Amino acid sequence: MLKKNLIRILSIVLLITILLSIQRLVVPKYMDDIVEGSLIETYYGEEKDHDVVFIGDCEVYENFSPITLWEDFGIKSFIRGSAQQLIWQSYYLMEETLKYEKPEVIVFNVLSMKYNEPQNEAYNRMTLDGMKLSMSKIKSIQASMTDDEKIIDYIFPILRFHSRWSKLEAQDFKYYFNKEKIFHNGYYMRVDTKPVESFPRKKPLADYRLGENAYHYLEKMTELAKENDIELVLIKAPTIYPVWYDEWDIQIENYAAENDLMYLNFLDLTEEANIDFRKHTYDGGLHLNLQGAENLSKYFGKILADTYDLTDHRSNNNTAEIWDEKSDFYYSMKEAQYFDLNKYGYLKNFGAKKPTNN
Amino acid sequence: MLFTSYSFLLFVITVFISYYLTPKKYQWILLLCASYLFYGLVSIDYLGYIIVTTVSTYFISLKIHKINENKKSYLIDHKDFSRKERKNYKKKIKKQTKSYLTFGILLNFGLLGATKYTNFIIGNINSIITTLGTNGTLSFIDIAMPMGISFYTFKTMSYLLDIYREKHDAEENLFKLALFVSFFPQLVQGPISRYNDLSKSLFEGHKYNYATVRHGIQRIVWGFFKKVVIADRILVAVKAMIVTPDDYKGFYVLLVMLFYTYQLYADFTGGIDITIGIGETLGIKMAENFKRPYLSRSIKEFWRRWHITMGTWFKDYVFYPVSVSPWMLNISKKSRKKFGKAIGKRVPVYISTLIVWFATGLWHGAHWNFIVWGLMNGIVIIISFEFEPSYKWFHSKFDVKNKLSFKVFQIIRTILLMSAIRLFDVYQNVPLTFKMFGTIFTEFNFNIFYDGSLLQLGLTIGDYLILLIGLIVLYSISIYQETGSFRVYLNSRPQQVRYAVYSLVIVFIIVFGAYGVGFDSTQFIYNQF
Repeated sequence: MLKKNLIRILSIVLLITILLSIQRLVVPKYMDDIVEGSLIETYYGEEKDHDVVFIGDCEVYENFSPITLWEDFGIKSFIRGSAQQLIWQSYYLMEETLKYEKPEVIVFNVLSMKYNEPQNEAYNRMTLDGMKLSMSKIKSIQASMTDDEKIIDYIFPILRFHSRWSKLEAQDFKYYFNKEKIFHNGYYMRVDTKPVESFPRKKPLADYRLGENAYHYLEKMTELAKENDIELVLIKAPTIYPVWYDEWDIQIENYAAENDLMYLNFLDLTEEANIDFRKHTYDGGLHLNLQGAENLSKYFGKILADTYDLTDHRSNNNTAEIWDEKSDFYYSMKEAQYFDLNKYGYLKNFGAKKPTNN
Repeated sequence: MLFTSYSFLLFVITVFISYYLTPKKYQWILLLCASYLFYGLVSIDYLGYIIVTTVSTYFISLKIHKINENKKSYLIDHKDFSRKERKNYKKKIKKQTKSYLTFGILLNFGLLGATKYTNFIIGNINSIITTLGTNGTLSFIDIAMPMGISFYTFKTMSYLLDIYREKHDAEENLFKLALFVSFFPQLVQGPISRYNDLSKSLFEGHKYNYATVRHGIQRIVWGFFKKVVIADRILVAVKAMIVTPDDYKGFYVLLVMLFYTYQLYADFTGGIDITIGIGETLGIKMAENFKRPYLSRSIKEFWRRWHITMGTWFKDYVFYPVSVSPWMLNISKKSRKKFGKAIGKRVPVYISTLIVWFATGLWHGAHWNFIVWGLMNGIVIIISFEFEPSYKWFHSKFDVKNKLSFKVFQIIRTILLMSAIRLFDVYQNVPLTFKMFGTIFTEFNFNIFYDGSLLQLGLTIGDYLILLIGLIVLYSISIYQETGSFRVYLNSRPQQVRYAVYSLVIVFIIVFGAYGVGFDSTQFIYNQF
């Protein structure tokens, strides 16, 4: 009987191991193409004692440089950003983060307030698949799913991605065990430049009111921050696209004032932050390039350090050692990107597409 | 709630656990609640239909049974009755019970007919009106067919007819009858169980038995394999070829024939395996519905192996009653007189056969395609019957009957014949089906087999490979089952071997199953009938 049970248990363990191994193989690696998909998971390998944690969509992970915040102000920061991160996803990421650490400040980019309902699976995946299994993840999945999606497909991604068995690529095997480091505390570096060529037309909307569901999660974030004695800072990154309406801005301003929160709309502060859209964006105004991100970080870093009296950790040798290593990687990538730019005219080895000559 | 959906799996697991936690005496009540919950979750709007069917069947069956019981005691009390008196009395009673039976049949088939065939009839009347050039057409009514109505109506009607024929007693507990009618695994696509076969194991309680549960789970997994790995994968290619038929003529039609044959087989038998497997995990035994039909050597044999419960239903409740009905006996008499004994004997059999196959086609759907499909089956059976003397002559001259190559030839011939007839299931209407079938002989686009056209049907080389492996496994197990149970064989193997097989099948289903995004995992085909 004992032998029978032992075989039974071993078989179940073996079956689960096989399925997990296959799951690891078939889930997208997000390493050679849509690298943003692997941003969220990078947090778990970090020391979790940050002063500032950014949460939000691409307007945080492409516009702020934690290395600059460290080098100029001694602020330890991390960006928990992901592509089109919806506000409920931000809330649950915040909830999860607070299980690991209690930062002094949490910075939330408010662009996602414009979404009141789940959007699409591809973007959901880029936030949710990188999260470790937890109640926060499950609640985030439930809040994010579109009608056709199923929670079990998120908990066991093999059920969603099993059909990739016939489309496996070299990167699926290459990154099976380890993924290369490509981000800088959640920052996605791009040194190239593509100036803003036109400004978007602000198409009139039938209703400018931000959605109830979005407000509900903003209120939850505010409450969670208060409960944990954390400063919640609302920002709107200085990007030209997508459009940010003045009517939305007024609503956020009012909300911040009512809840005693700091709100900075960097679109109104581009001069102070030294952002020049002819030089400081790599995609015509959607995201800042490295120079733009560094400039913005210098400006914002000073506000954070002064307003919240954040400790300058640069004199702490152990911390400095860790961050020096991060800086080295940062500068080596910066150099490599400039090398690509000079040699090929675009960031060939960093997932950029060859510019077309118009 | 699809059989292959996560919600159904969760539902079954919950029922399974609750079932064995419930005292044996009350297990059937749990099943009744689960069945109604299942039906309600799938289509709460149609709960009324199944309740009407159940309640009407209950009261009518009790009434018929009571009359029959009274008849028995009356005859015991009147032993002194002459033969003639007894006969007259029985006739009188039969008339009474018949009127109740007729009412029950009209009511329940009326419900089935109203929901399933009204718009079909209206459509045909409109076609006639248009053809005659008369103004005005009838409007279609907004009515949907309740899930499983064809199956549960057939179950209840066989129950009623069996009571009328005094084959068994009427169920006195309304709720037990309700469970027989609504037992959830059978609601979707049968099998069409008979009360006598199912009631005992359905109502009596069961103690958890590892061997039975294991047996059931093995069958469920096998059903999933057939449905998810084979049927839903072929579906992709079949759909691609029939949406715009004009682009897929000639040998594509041959492909549609064969692909659809195996899609339907894997789909339907997969669903039945899941149904019977669920029953087995609960200790409930259901009638088998298939016996490896694609190993049949003739169309007659095929129909003894395919959808057995439906076939026997039509045989018992349509074929035999029609064959011995007074008007058929009259036809028999007249045809013997006119055509002689040999032919005259066959005429009523052939008429009954055609009636049965017309009804079978109609049961499958309110569409001329199904009716023609049914009649084609009947015609082929009649033709093969007519050819029987030739077959006998052939076999007397050539000793090939027991040769493997001849058996294989017969099997392939049956598959091709059934596949060709099955085309009526696939294309939109009867003329289109004939037209598409004709292109096999007029458009010789053999190049599609080697110029990469097959890879434009939504399946990759990998998919074809998985299909091939799936079909090889399917046939291997079918061949084994001709002489024994594969599950019994598997269970006699060492534990390590068994577990290795389970793991392999589970991994195969999860990884190579055609489900989720990119695959349109549909309902089981037989859901719609």
